[in-house]
Amino acid sequence: MKTEATTVENYDVQKYRHDFPILSREVNGKRLVYLDNGATTQKPRQVIDSIVHYYAHYNANIHRGVHSLSQEASAAYEAARRTVQTHLSAAHAEEIIFTRGTTDSVNLVAAAYLRDRLQPGDEIVITGMEHHSNILPWQMLCEERGAVLRVIDITDSGELDQAAVQKVFSPKTKFFACTHVSNTLGTINAVKELTALAHDYNVPVFVDGAQAVPHMAVDVTEINCEFYCFSGHKVYAPTGIGVLYVKKDVLDDMHTYQVGGGTIKTVTFEKTEYVSGPLKYEAGTPNIEGAIALGFALDYVNAIGMENIAAHERDLFVYAKSKLKEIAGIRFIGEAKDQAGVISFVVGKIHPFDIGTILDQQGVAVRTGHHCTQPLMNRFGIPGTVRVSFALYNTKEEIDLLIAALNKAVKMLS
Amino acid sequence: MNIAEIENEIVEEFGMFEQWDDKYQYIIDLGKSLEVLDEKYKTEDRLIKGCQSRVWLFTELKDGKVYFHADSDAIITKGLVALMVRVLSGHTAKEIMEAPLNFIEQIGLKDHLSPTRSNGLLSMVKQMKLDALALTAKN
Repeated sequence: MKTEATTVENYDVQKYRHDFPILSREVNGKRLVYLDNGATTQKPRQVIDSIVHYYAHYNANIHRGVHSLSQEASAAYEAARRTVQTHLSAAHAEEIIFTRGTTDSVNLVAAAYLRDRLQPGDEIVITGMEHHSNILPWQMLCEERGAVLRVIDITDSGELDQAAVQKVFSPKTKFFACTHVSNTLGTINAVKELTALAHDYNVPVFVDGAQAVPHMAVDVTEINCEFYCFSGHKVYAPTGIGVLYVKKDVLDDMHTYQVGGGTIKTVTFEKTEYVSGPLKYEAGTPNIEGAIALGFALDYVNAIGMENIAAHERDLFVYAKSKLKEIAGIRFIGEAKDQAGVISFVVGKIHPFDIGTILDQQGVAVRTGHHCTQPLMNRFGIPGTVRVSFALYNTKEEIDLLIAALNKAVKMLS
Repeated sequence: MNIAEIENEIVEEFGMFEQWDDKYQYIIDLGKSLEVLDEKYKTEDRLIKGCQSRVWLFTELKDGKVYFHADSDAIITKGLVALMVRVLSGHTAKEIMEAPLNFIEQIGLKDHLSPTRSNGLLSMVKQMKLDALALTAKN
């Protein structure tokens, strides 16, 4: 569903802002400037309405009923799956598994795919810029199976150390997990090239796309990874819904994850036969309205065009960085050549928490802290950062408000 | 002054501030002027972990009264810590346990004591009360 790219000059940000009811509210008596989109995005009316419409008009359990409501709900749920398939340029709809979110997707792959393939002494490779969610399930598997977690170092600018990348894979490597875009540094990793390198060693690849899918067009077929995942709530959909893409030839080669209703062909007390395809991994009544609303959210961004959103956010990024540079004592954490979505920084010795508190008083919402990347914070020798993160509805005027609020915070705290 | 009187005094002080920034500047200045806790007291067992800012608390008993010394790596948290120390330090364990601590709400900083704020302040108040009880029980 790729729309024709229009120029970013035709990007009607004010029109899009009107789609997001929350953007007109005030915080602490000030106009809300929401720049914590890396944590979660706000929701457009179209997504909110889709949830209300589902419950008001065709709420029913799916894949079970012969009655009309169940047919309608099932059709909408499966239509959402095809919307995700198209959005990710996946070859088949059944490669799309609905999960609770990125964390759930990682845990699913760790349990259903990797656990039984891992022998003592085997290695899992990750990078030094992973979110805790893309560390802990692998770390736990390593502890359980006597395997080794290998971590690719990152450079001072926040990029993967290419020398380390070239050396890390070996016949011992059984799996590679890597973020597409760092939630703390904004670094865009060359996942297509990394996947090709891992494949040279017959290593399957898992890509965490939580911070990529909201900001750029993603093509899993081109990346050629075995697994790709993202969270709905970071791309204008509700919380509690996420996606795991699994390449078709791997899909039926995985164990069940959670088991229960909807996952089976036949059950006897002696033996159960499971279905194939994504339903095998969607035990119990799924988050039906979440999946449907995710479909609406993806329709929404595709109507604007991912290339247009990327170009608009690129503009904001460049503008914000040029303005932030003027603040005395600022130190950017993450200065990679390719960045998207987030700008992380510290100012002098001021604690990020203090800056966040004073910004909040002025209606400006940012994230402060370690961003669930403590190993990365240790790498840079800081307790945390202030993180500004963008969405399709942010404006340069909001960046100006951020800068004014930040200047005030720095003045008060210095 | 007893605890209630100190709380009232603080509420009066904050009553002078009409703007949020005056109030926060005052808290920041309190944080800056709070005596720095000697590094030797900043040990792991005295650390109260918030998700974002860290607070260290050192408690001692003198002549039946409990004295608190505290510090934080974030200056706003440290200012709030200073207020807590001012209110609770130098009283008996019983007085500390019964302290209403309404002043935080009255000066409009209640959300800083919320468990979702994760600045360690709520945990610190709990720890102050626990320390007071434990020290008094030992002696």
